[in-house]
Amino acid sequence: MLDLDEDDDLEVFSKNTTEGSSFNPSTQTSPGSMINQYKFQEEEEEIDTKDIFVTVDDPESYVTAIETYITYRVVTKTTRSEFDSSEFEVRRRYQDFLWLKARLEEAHPTLIVHPLPEKFVMKGMVERFNENFIETRRKALNRFLNRIADHPIFSSTEDFRIFLTADVGALTSHKKQGPGFLSRMGESVRGLAATVRGVRNRPEEFTAMQEYVEAFGQNISSLDKVTQRIVREQKEYLEDLKECVPTYTQWSNSEEELAEPLRGMASCLERCFTETEEQVKELNDNLNPTLHEYVLCTETLKTVLRRRDIIQAEFEAKTEALLAKHADRETDSKVLSLAWDNLVGRSPEEVKQQKQQKLEGEIKEIREDLSKMEDKLEWANNALKSDWTRWKKVMRTDLQSAFMDTAEKNVNCYEKCLAVWESFLLSQRTDAEGTQVSDSS
Amino acid sequence: MADSGSGDIAVIGNTDLTTSESENNIKNTMVEKGTNLLKRMEIGVAEAEKRTGKNAVNMQETYTVYLVETRAVDASSEGTTPVPDSLWRRYSEFELLKNYLLVTYPFLVVPPLPEKRAEFVWHKLSADNMDPDFVERRRVGLENFLLRVASHAVLSNDKIFYSFLTEENGWKESVFETGFQAKADSRLKALNATFRVKNADKRFADMKQYGDELQSVISQLLRVRARAADRLYGVYKVHGNYGRVFSEWSAIEKEMGDGLQSAGHHMDAYAASVDDILEEEEHYADQLKEYLFYADALRAVCRKHELTQFELEMAAQDLISKKQQQEELATGTVRTFSLKGMTSKLFGQETPEQRETKLKMLETQIEEGEELVKERNRECEEFVKSAWVDIERFKEQKDHDLREALISYAIMQISMCKKGIQVWNNAKECFSKM
Repeated sequence: MLDLDEDDDLEVFSKNTTEGSSFNPSTQTSPGSMINQYKFQEEEEEIDTKDIFVTVDDPESYVTAIETYITYRVVTKTTRSEFDSSEFEVRRRYQDFLWLKARLEEAHPTLIVHPLPEKFVMKGMVERFNENFIETRRKALNRFLNRIADHPIFSSTEDFRIFLTADVGALTSHKKQGPGFLSRMGESVRGLAATVRGVRNRPEEFTAMQEYVEAFGQNISSLDKVTQRIVREQKEYLEDLKECVPTYTQWSNSEEELAEPLRGMASCLERCFTETEEQVKELNDNLNPTLHEYVLCTETLKTVLRRRDIIQAEFEAKTEALLAKHADRETDSKVLSLAWDNLVGRSPEEVKQQKQQKLEGEIKEIREDLSKMEDKLEWANNALKSDWTRWKKVMRTDLQSAFMDTAEKNVNCYEKCLAVWESFLLSQRTDAEGTQVSDSS
Repeated sequence: MADSGSGDIAVIGNTDLTTSESENNIKNTMVEKGTNLLKRMEIGVAEAEKRTGKNAVNMQETYTVYLVETRAVDASSEGTTPVPDSLWRRYSEFELLKNYLLVTYPFLVVPPLPEKRAEFVWHKLSADNMDPDFVERRRVGLENFLLRVASHAVLSNDKIFYSFLTEENGWKESVFETGFQAKADSRLKALNATFRVKNADKRFADMKQYGDELQSVISQLLRVRARAADRLYGVYKVHGNYGRVFSEWSAIEKEMGDGLQSAGHHMDAYAASVDDILEEEEHYADQLKEYLFYADALRAVCRKHELTQFELEMAAQDLISKKQQQEELATGTVRTFSLKGMTSKLFGQETPEQRETKLKMLETQIEEGEELVKERNRECEEFVKSAWVDIERFKEQKDHDLREALISYAIMQISMCKKGIQVWNNAKECFSKM
């Protein structure tokens, strides 16, 4: 199982899992140990042995001369030994979350990072500091952080630990370290080149994943739109329903016998209105954001698959380069270049030897690079495969509970309305009977 | 729904009828006194059919006819139900009947017809008069109209109504022969009376105001209701999209597939359920509409009262002025300014013979005037009495019917909630299996 002695960088966890630790692919040792380290336990064990709890709450406005922004309180409770204490409380702003996400993606390009809520929502014309918007964002940030905490690899990164524990000053200075802008630029340029070149031999399962992501993305996007449409129509329906209430009340003022049942009608409609309003709120505040997050997830998945492709493309390019050099060596050994070398005063044999040596050197270098790249590719593929399985499980749970909650809320709403109308009916019928019997209580 | 008019309500002769007609009615009343038409005969509007024909200006037109069926109640002695008698009537003939009743019985709240054109529609319902749904709802409304008339103690005895039900040919001519159109009060006359009447019975003024309020409030409700129906339809139907997407999504999932697929079916069922819901809601709207139109009939009775009262006041006023003239002529004093007075001043007094003639004329006029006032007063009193009786009857009917309408609305809502609970519980279960 886990060979901890092999790598001094690995930290010992109290978790009795064989999961990997915070590390960077470039400092890895043998592929074997790494793959072993990256094994996932069953979901139940994860929950049982959960040793870190995070919450995001208490949004507060922070006003300076230059800008106004919201900070959120991040509370951590943990028994992990790499943390100095068992409880932490810090304040973080949206930018900080963005930073964390970027760092995790950089370090683990083929792992799936849960999406963050978007910077600025245009759709609902929501203002940045609108209460509802802040609460929705807070919930999304909470979900994001919890996903990270639940992830075996992400939760053990140094960046994550610092995010949870460092004070604002320490965080700022930590942010300044790490690969700078230029190196990131270099990466993306290389990536672009590889993309243009394309992948030749993509394994079947990754193609299947891509197809799945395409289809899933379309479906989730449709569900998102459908839910938004339902919310819109319901809101308009509520507007109309609301108008009925004062009309019935007004009518009851003109009537004698009918006054009481009409007032009853007005009150029933009012109560149904309130219940339906809550139901719409549930859709808007829970189902909608969840679906939207998975729309964002689809983009993340596509990006991750692309990055994997790039790694494979680079590997393939290197392999071709090696073959080319081999071919060079072959042809070179056969060719005697005469004229130039005579001029320069070197013997053909000497020159040939020099060239061969140079080629050998180059080939060796390429071979070494290739070996590293092969490892990198293998690691990336396995990481993605495992994380994919993990992601699917989480997605299933998330969406299942989101839909179940919606169904539950709908049932509740209908049940409450049912009670309202049933009591109205009862009051009308007993009234009628009362007057018939001509002896009312 | 049909009002079982009691035989206790006395049949009052309508003073607008000619003597022969009132004799007819009275005869009928004496024959059928205490008998409700409905006790003798079943009435219904069974079908509707499209016809084409040439109209008054010789152009082709398409119209709908309705089958009016009548069947004698007592004839099922051998246990077999006899074949009903039937005839076809167009909407315009119903209208003619109603107008006839309005003019002939101005002291009664005459039942309304279903609307001429579809109003307060929401998008699914078409505003087209030929639309089968509209025709069907109109058929029901026409049947309702006939039953309302047939269950009214006074109206049910009307001969024209009876022949409407039983004589297909020549009915129209017989209606026109009654000359009812000539008796109709012009709008101008009625409006004039409304403005100038001084001592209308307060109860009628209150009733008229009530009629206004009722019309306003029901119109509002119907308008909002139509919009709300549109929205609700949209909400339910959009859920059908959930069904479609779940189905597509289930195709790419392994473990989640079954749960999604079955949840999708429930969403489809939910979307489909709105059609029934809104049909029942439409029925509620129809009930409200009937009373919207009843408000018109109520106001018509109040206006007629104002008219009769006004005519009484005019006659009384006329009498007073004539008496004054008499006095002035007799005593030679001019108390009030009058054109006569002025002209006589200008052109000289009349001769004693002229005065004699004038006085004699005035005396006759005063006698006639007093008779007229007496008659008008009697008319007015009788109108007030019989109209108020019918208004009270109407009030009871309205209270009962509208309360029933509210109850059936509640029942409909309850059914809707129960269906919703069932669908979403089922969906929840499917989701749990996802």
